[in-house]
Amino acid sequence: MQYTADHEFVKLDGKTATVGITNHAQEALGDLVFVELPAVGRKVSKGESIATVESVKAASEVYAPLSGTIAEVNQAIVDAPNLVNEDPENRGWFFKITLSNESETKELLDSAAYQRLLG
Amino acid sequence: MSDSANTAPPLLQRTALFDLHLELGAKMVGFAGYELPIQYPLGVLKEHLQTRQSAGVFDVSHMGQLLIRAKSGRLEDAKVALEKLVPADIVSLAQGRQRYSQLTNSAGGIIDDLMISNLTLSPAITGLASPIETLYLVVNGACKVGDMAHIQKHLAPVCDITPLPQRSLIAIQGPLAVMALAEIFNRPEMTKMKFMDNREMNLGGHDSIVSRSGYTGEDGVEVSVASSEAVDLTRKILSDSRIQPIGLGARDSLRLEAGLCLYGNDIDETISPIEAGLQWSIQKSRRSGGERAGGFAGSDIILKQMEQGVSRLRVGLKPDGRAPIRGETLLFATEDSTESLGRVTSGGFGPTVNAPVAMGLVAKSHSQLGTRLFAEVRGQRMAVTVVDPTFVEHHFYRS
Repeated sequence: MQYTADHEFVKLDGKTATVGITNHAQEALGDLVFVELPAVGRKVSKGESIATVESVKAASEVYAPLSGTIAEVNQAIVDAPNLVNEDPENRGWFFKITLSNESETKELLDSAAYQRLLG
Repeated sequence: MSDSANTAPPLLQRTALFDLHLELGAKMVGFAGYELPIQYPLGVLKEHLQTRQSAGVFDVSHMGQLLIRAKSGRLEDAKVALEKLVPADIVSLAQGRQRYSQLTNSAGGIIDDLMISNLTLSPAITGLASPIETLYLVVNGACKVGDMAHIQKHLAPVCDITPLPQRSLIAIQGPLAVMALAEIFNRPEMTKMKFMDNREMNLGGHDSIVSRSGYTGEDGVEVSVASSEAVDLTRKILSDSRIQPIGLGARDSLRLEAGLCLYGNDIDETISPIEAGLQWSIQKSRRSGGERAGGFAGSDIILKQMEQGVSRLRVGLKPDGRAPIRGETLLFATEDSTESLGRVTSGGFGPTVNAPVAMGLVAKSHSQLGTRLFAEVRGQRMAVTVVDPTFVEHHFYRS
């Protein structure tokens, strides 16, 4: 598992990246009540805002951590946003991207680097 | 992912319960100049539901408490004087009763909203030699310094105004709140108090001012206690398993579902009590034709609005979808109209209705119940319906 400075996790499997928000992120956001995911097939660029989460406190954006095409989205978290709070890094995943530029993965943080970021 | 929540401003004050909040695992934020709990480990959603289903305790010690007494010593003179600043009937306010009102400005806007009680307080509360009859006010924390100056400026010739910075304010809200407190402190008479009754009461050795009111839409009380005793009192309350500590997050969703205005969002110096739908808080005696009609700041404008109507009104807004619609979101008549006809003043998710809820100020032409409007969220127009802002029925104890 790798991470971004925007508190997203990335699980790589060949050319496919499974993306979601970290446990730290869900704790900071509080109880999620709404999730909006990108359409399957959408081409996304690294850093682009492609999903929205609303907690009881505020709205936040979720960015594409890598460029590519949305291959699959997790409808379960749209139906039950609290799944992201309960199990953020497994059942609470957001979307899968088929990567168009695998070299971008070099910029992801490993677990130790992400932990340092959290301080 | 980025969190758009505001960071805390510097130089925050702490309430007497600060250490207790940390001990209870609270996440603290800056609010109204104080460091207050936004949530406890239970989380906003469960804290909200706990309050609606059982009971919760809230630290609202940031709010301002003050006494107003006439220099003449006659309560009547203080009542008449305060009517110059608020549109409510204070002269008829009976001993042991409380009214909701607003401090108005000359433009008919709202400087603050507040609770006003007519109380007899013993030396145990006041430190004076004998009991006093007094007006007791509770004002918003963020407004209290300005409120004090405003009240001083207008009433100082006639009244002594005494702030009570050494007192804390604890709200206990929920269907089981009053029963639980009556048992904890062996005060069965508390269950007999009616909504908006207010009286001095000793709770487990703590001399308190107990008001049967609150700001969640639920039955409950607000308890004023000496700050030096606030931790003791709160620990005794929390020893009852029916009661959990509740933070500001749930306080906001509770009051929003109940359709209650938050000062600074739904009402402010540019919004009149009539536009805000608060005319119920202006009794007949202060309206045109009443025995003490007008006579408060902005009364010419406010009474005229009552007779001739207003061009915009506060309404409830129910979004079609699941996405919450937050404050400051613009409202439109159609999916593509360019001119907005209002804005959301408060919005979020209502855990009890299990759907997004909001309120806003809209043009009167589009304020009828059932009117369809469009809110612009992240560049998209989302359909909302104008509804009564009371999303959850009030459960006040009236008889």
